[in-house]
Amino acid sequence: MTTATPTPPVAASAPDVPETPRPTLTMRLAQLGSLRVAFVLALIWIIFQAENDRFLTSFNLTNLVLQIAAVGTISVGVVLILLLGEIDLSVGAVSGLAAAVMAVLNVKHGWGPVPSICAGLATGAVIGLLNGLFVTRFGIPSFVVTLAGLLAWQGALLQVLGSTGTVNLSDPTITGLTDTFYGDVFGWVMVVLVVGAYAASGYLERVRRARAGLPPPNLAAFLTRLAFVAIGTIASVLVLTSDRGIPLAGLILVGLCAIFVFLMTRTVFGRHVFAVGGNAEGSRRAGIRVTRLRIIVFTLASTLAAAGGMLAAARLQAVNQSSGGSDLLLLAIAGPVIAGTSLFGGRGSVWHALLGALVIGSISNGMDLLALESSVKFMITGGVLLIAVVIDAVIKTQRERAGARR
Amino acid sequence: MTASSTHVAKRHLLEAKGVTKRFGAVEALTGVNFEVDAGEIVALVGDNGAGKSTLIKSIAGIQPGEEGQYFFAGDEVSIRSPLDATQLGIATVYQDLALCDNLDVVANLFLGREEIEHGPQSALLTLNEVDMEARALELLASLSVTTLRSVRTEVGSLSGGQRQSVAIARSLLGDPKVLILDEPTAALGVAQTHQVLELVKRLRERGLGVIYISHNISDIFDVADRVIVLRLGRRVATFRTSAATPNEVVAAITGSRLTATVPQAGSEATT
Repeated sequence: MTTATPTPPVAASAPDVPETPRPTLTMRLAQLGSLRVAFVLALIWIIFQAENDRFLTSFNLTNLVLQIAAVGTISVGVVLILLLGEIDLSVGAVSGLAAAVMAVLNVKHGWGPVPSICAGLATGAVIGLLNGLFVTRFGIPSFVVTLAGLLAWQGALLQVLGSTGTVNLSDPTITGLTDTFYGDVFGWVMVVLVVGAYAASGYLERVRRARAGLPPPNLAAFLTRLAFVAIGTIASVLVLTSDRGIPLAGLILVGLCAIFVFLMTRTVFGRHVFAVGGNAEGSRRAGIRVTRLRIIVFTLASTLAAAGGMLAAARLQAVNQSSGGSDLLLLAIAGPVIAGTSLFGGRGSVWHALLGALVIGSISNGMDLLALESSVKFMITGGVLLIAVVIDAVIKTQRERAGARR
Repeated sequence: MTASSTHVAKRHLLEAKGVTKRFGAVEALTGVNFEVDAGEIVALVGDNGAGKSTLIKSIAGIQPGEEGQYFFAGDEVSIRSPLDATQLGIATVYQDLALCDNLDVVANLFLGREEIEHGPQSALLTLNEVDMEARALELLASLSVTTLRSVRTEVGSLSGGQRQSVAIARSLLGDPKVLILDEPTAALGVAQTHQVLELVKRLRERGLGVIYISHNISDIFDVADRVIVLRLGRRVATFRTSAATPNEVVAAITGSRLTATVPQAGSEATT
């Protein structure tokens, strides 16, 4: 002890990181955000339109909306799960089971449409609650819990459907979910409301910030977004009303997106979901009730999956043994990821559910129009997903390299 | 080495007496006394395993000691949980900072204590971003944290010093009286260390009692008023930085007898 030369404690000498990382191509891609996906979508549409001029007709685009309503709704829940940094592999099976519960209650037990739908939603909610409890109480990774659920709920679907295997739906309220269209007047009222609300909220924000002495938000950026919203809604209404009208299923999807975008970006709940996805331990220390939050999100995701399953059943006008199976689960997860929601948690947007569903739905719809074989369809969809995930991973590495290392 | 005669008259902001903590048969802390005054920076030093973390965790209520009394502003208090410590006004900034890289500065500052919109929107727990941003700017300005380009920058893209500043600023939102900093400059380069040390000095100007854990002797002599040395679970020495040399502190940490020349320690201190 006495003979040893005292070694002076030296601070770990980490090299100074530059304060401003040079923007690389991937950084620029990251900053583009949702716009990047909009470009991809436009590209896909142009390609398919060039190959087959029936693609961009109002008839086909209305079909596209009807096709993506179910998977998009499921994806809304998937986004919530992904933001938390978790995964739910049971959403497909849950959507099928919930639809089966609704169908059997309505057709075989004579329940009314609304109670049947509520029972379907409740089925989803209970399963989500179970998922959340298993993940939080027993500390089992959500991947494993929901993988078990994927198998178990598929079994439950067969059980509920019984020996017949298929239940046909004829209740006008249920099939009306995907078979109801609204006309011009409704559409233009919606345009005025949506654009008006968007402009008003932007204006109010400017006023409030000015009153608090804060720098105003970028006016050009806001006006650009407002223009996009206005053009998007007006174009949608023009296209859709020139065919069958504005589909209720599409309104449900967009409405759910809007509600959950608000919840995730403007409320304490959403802030905490992002926080837990970014740093769960740090969030816990900041006083966030992480366990409760996880359970709520798993419950919401499965409930949304149930809603999506019932939309799919309404469109098919039946529930069968393959409801909620096949590639539904993978497409519901792939959509948001293609649109830029991170698989690593904490980064993404509920809008990615809609955008991703549009991208995947357009590819699928377009390839159907070109009468491509499903072998080709699967490979192309897989390729698009792979590219999207690679971009996500590269952006993540770039960000980590750019950020300060500890 | 401290003027222990003044202790009788003076009420310390936070004082711990006779803190003892055992882990099984191992006594991690043995009757340790500790005190910090308002507007004072006390450095807590010691080799690995000396008991620094254990002492801090007992003060922060994370691992309460088996024995020991705690006094806050002269009154005896009980610190048995992190909540007790928080309510007394003791905040801790841990080494890993616990920031969310994916959120911006404002969101990180207010994490877990977000401000809510008034009126009918409050039912949905809608975030009051305008108030939070205004308060964040005010807080950072009062700490002279000026290197941030925008409080809407993602924390993940900030430098190490800026992140440390954000973590310290966040702990101040709870309006603490005592702030514990666990090796705030451990992973920082020279310029960023300077930035953080200046911030720590401003905390003293605000009248906080700062407990500063560090291994870096030159940093300690830069910011601290007093140095408390722990070795093998006991408080072995206390220095006033104005009346001590780095060599003496290093000698106390390692337990070696003070020799006339300790080359490395000397060169370290002058850098």
